[in-house]
Amino acid sequence: MQSGLMSELLELTLEHVGLVAMAMAIATATAIPAGILLTRREALRRWVLGFANVMQTVPSLALFGFLIPLPFVGGIGKHTAILALVLYALLPILQNTLTGILGVDRAVRESAIAMGMTGRQLLWLVELPLAARTILAGVRVATVITIGTATIAAAIGGGGLGVFIFRGLASVDTTQILAGAAPAALIALAADKGLSWVEQKFWPG
Amino acid sequence: MALCREPVARPTRLNLDSVNPPASPIVSFRSVSYHFGRNDIICNLSFDVEAGETLVLLGRSGTGKTTVLKLVNGLLLPSEGAVLVEGTPTTAWDPIRLRRRIGYVIQEAGLFPHLTVAENVGLVPRLEGRPQQDILRRVAGLLTQVELPPAEFAHRYPKELSGGQRQRIGVARALAADPPLLLFDEPFGALDPITRLELQRQFLALRRDLGKTAIFVTHDVREALLLATRVGLMHRGRLEILTTPSEFLRARGEEVRAFLACLDA
Repeated sequence: MQSGLMSELLELTLEHVGLVAMAMAIATATAIPAGILLTRREALRRWVLGFANVMQTVPSLALFGFLIPLPFVGGIGKHTAILALVLYALLPILQNTLTGILGVDRAVRESAIAMGMTGRQLLWLVELPLAARTILAGVRVATVITIGTATIAAAIGGGGLGVFIFRGLASVDTTQILAGAAPAALIALAADKGLSWVEQKFWPG
Repeated sequence: MALCREPVARPTRLNLDSVNPPASPIVSFRSVSYHFGRNDIICNLSFDVEAGETLVLLGRSGTGKTTVLKLVNGLLLPSEGAVLVEGTPTTAWDPIRLRRRIGYVIQEAGLFPHLTVAENVGLVPRLEGRPQQDILRRVAGLLTQVELPPAEFAHRYPKELSGGQRQRIGVARALAADPPLLLFDEPFGALDPITRLELQRQFLALRRDLGKTAIFVTHDVREALLLATRVGLMHRGRLEILTTPSEFLRARGEEVRAFLACLDA
């Protein structure tokens, strides 16, 4: 029985990390380019940030529930869970991409343009290097949030460490709840420390 | 405020050669106005900058001096009239090509904090795709020219430099692609008086050695008289007077006198 729990723990942990990794990959690949675009389109900024903000305010359990009846993207299972996690992770990354790029010193930006940089050179040689640390901080916050939120994925058949938690809740079994909650917390801590290390290592300041 | 439509209270004295320009000025303003929203920043401005001269635009804050510089390198385009650089209107230039032919030095230098001194100075040649070896040699030469030994400074970051050193790097960076024209926007404004004098002397030495054309913006009348071959006094988006430093000392007009009074203070 004990070894059964251990092997299930390993399996669900891997599944959990898989969910988070997939969601973060999609969220990062969407939110950073979107954030860059928004620094160039002031009119769009309000609408997109508004959308991302609203997504953040919907209680997570409810968001998972809302997605179930949707055609194509919805239903029961992993892809719905990942979609919900992506929607949550967008805001911190989007916000920090905007903050990082718009926070580049006016004098620095202006002298880059006055030196004859093209828009692309300004982005790659000046704005992104200077904003990198802030953007990465956004990714770190989003990752930690996603690791916690992913425990709810089990409620819609997404699997992960939440399986233990929901099972433990249903059977009033504290050991099961802890078997889900404690590893999730440890993964979150490790991710936070790991990404902080990368921040410090490559962009000391 | 609609400054352009206000009657001009004082007689405007212009130097004769700005009325009848000789053959080929480097920069030529032809009846240029620039409006921002409902505000007129520049009003009907006409003047020429000849090869090799240093035109200093003197004026209080908010009189449109910086706008004039931005009209030259195409950061702004005139609302009316035309700005000609080397005979071609800025509206017809490819803005990237135009800006790479013009060095730009601003207050606090605007150095890139994530790049070393050498990378900052070598940036425009790098954008131009020059060979790495040429860039290194050029950077070393320029650092020596602005009296910052390359061995000691090339690998430092801007935050490791004093204000005066940063400003020297800003000048070296503007010179890197050997542009025929340089624009200076209050480059020495934030420096202590001793450092400022050192840099002003260096500016004069560089001008003697390189013979570049420059437009230099300042609100410091001493600096203007020291560096200029011609001084243009700007007031409310217009040129009040455009003349040599020695003529400027004898000029009349309320705004001229207000500035000359600073010399006695």
